[in-house]
Amino acid sequence: MPPVPAASVDKAALARARRGRNIALAIGLVLFVVLVYGVTLVRMGGHVASRPL
Amino acid sequence: MDPGAPFAYEAPDMSKPVAIEDRAASQPALWSDYLQLLKPRVMSLVVFTAATGLVCANQPINPLLGAVAILCIAVGAGASGALNMWFDADIDGRMRRTRARPVPTGKIRGAEAATLGITLSLFSVMLLGMTTNWLAAGLLAFTIYFYVVVYTMWLKRWTPQNIVIGGLAGALPPAIGWAAAAGETPLNAWLMVLIIFMWTPPHAWALALYTSEDYAKVGVPMMPVAKGAASTRKQILIYSLLFAPICQIPAFTGLGGPIYLAVAALGGAVFVLLAWRVFRSRAGDAPDERIEGEDRLYAVRASSKDARNLFAFSILYLTLLFAALLAEHLAKIAPLELL
Repeated sequence: MPPVPAASVDKAALARARRGRNIALAIGLVLFVVLVYGVTLVRMGGHVASRPL
Repeated sequence: MDPGAPFAYEAPDMSKPVAIEDRAASQPALWSDYLQLLKPRVMSLVVFTAATGLVCANQPINPLLGAVAILCIAVGAGASGALNMWFDADIDGRMRRTRARPVPTGKIRGAEAATLGITLSLFSVMLLGMTTNWLAAGLLAFTIYFYVVVYTMWLKRWTPQNIVIGGLAGALPPAIGWAAAAGETPLNAWLMVLIIFMWTPPHAWALALYTSEDYAKVGVPMMPVAKGAASTRKQILIYSLLFAPICQIPAFTGLGGPIYLAVAALGGAVFVLLAWRVFRSRAGDAPDERIEGEDRLYAVRASSKDARNLFAFSILYLTLLFAALLAEHLAKIAPLELL
């Protein structure tokens, strides 16, 4: 059986798709950091000021 | 399998999904393909029911923590969806309804889908635990486990009761939302779970009645495939007769108010009527051999109309029930407590 030729890949489309995925990942990570920061502030509340120094 | 079942199906293959990776990479995966892995439509229903549970708990919760809790529950549901698409890629690729999913089309490799699912499961459970409490996180972890391992890997290809038992996973979000707000799950939270649990069989079987050829082809023993359409129609009616009264209970237990009772009573009556029509119909039956040509195609479509109507109304009814609960609690309308 003759070998199946590799599917042609549009390199520009691949690069565009990768860029889109990377931007989405970056936005997700930044949102996660902001979320954890916000949750930390809310959970600590005013107690952080009343801890023993 | 019943001898009267309309479609023959192959023995379920419980082996590891067929490697589809070889087909990958000719079309690049977009970020939207990864989003599709998370089953956004299922996520939206989960968000809605979990938010209703959270609000019905009537416990003060910081709005940010409440929003993060709902986000975690949604992401946990999405993670389950990704793991489901990874495991079921072999059968998804052979069914009309699911063949365009990113894994069977080769846009995303199965291993990537599994990795995304596991990562998001861990993130969502941990963040929910740290944000609210570990009861809510534990319930979310159990829900993911139940959907992926118990339903997807075990029940789905093994028993016609797959969606009856597996429906528990889809029913739990209101209890998780309630636990996130209150740190406990009283009976009213489990009543919301029971409503979705009892809603699932008539809802899923109505769909299965007109998609059973697909399920038969891939060896998934959905009720119409394994027991036949007539038995499925009868079970839809029985479940509907149980489901409609259960939907009235919140008006007696201090959960639902007058708006809820009106929606539950009227909608419940319509639900039972539509289930009765399905019972009387020939939905899911094999087409009459005596009819030929286009008439035969039309006869098949016409017989599935009742099943389609019940399927569509079931979504509307559940949405209205939870919308009524949500609206009453947000508007501070006192529950009835008829008991």
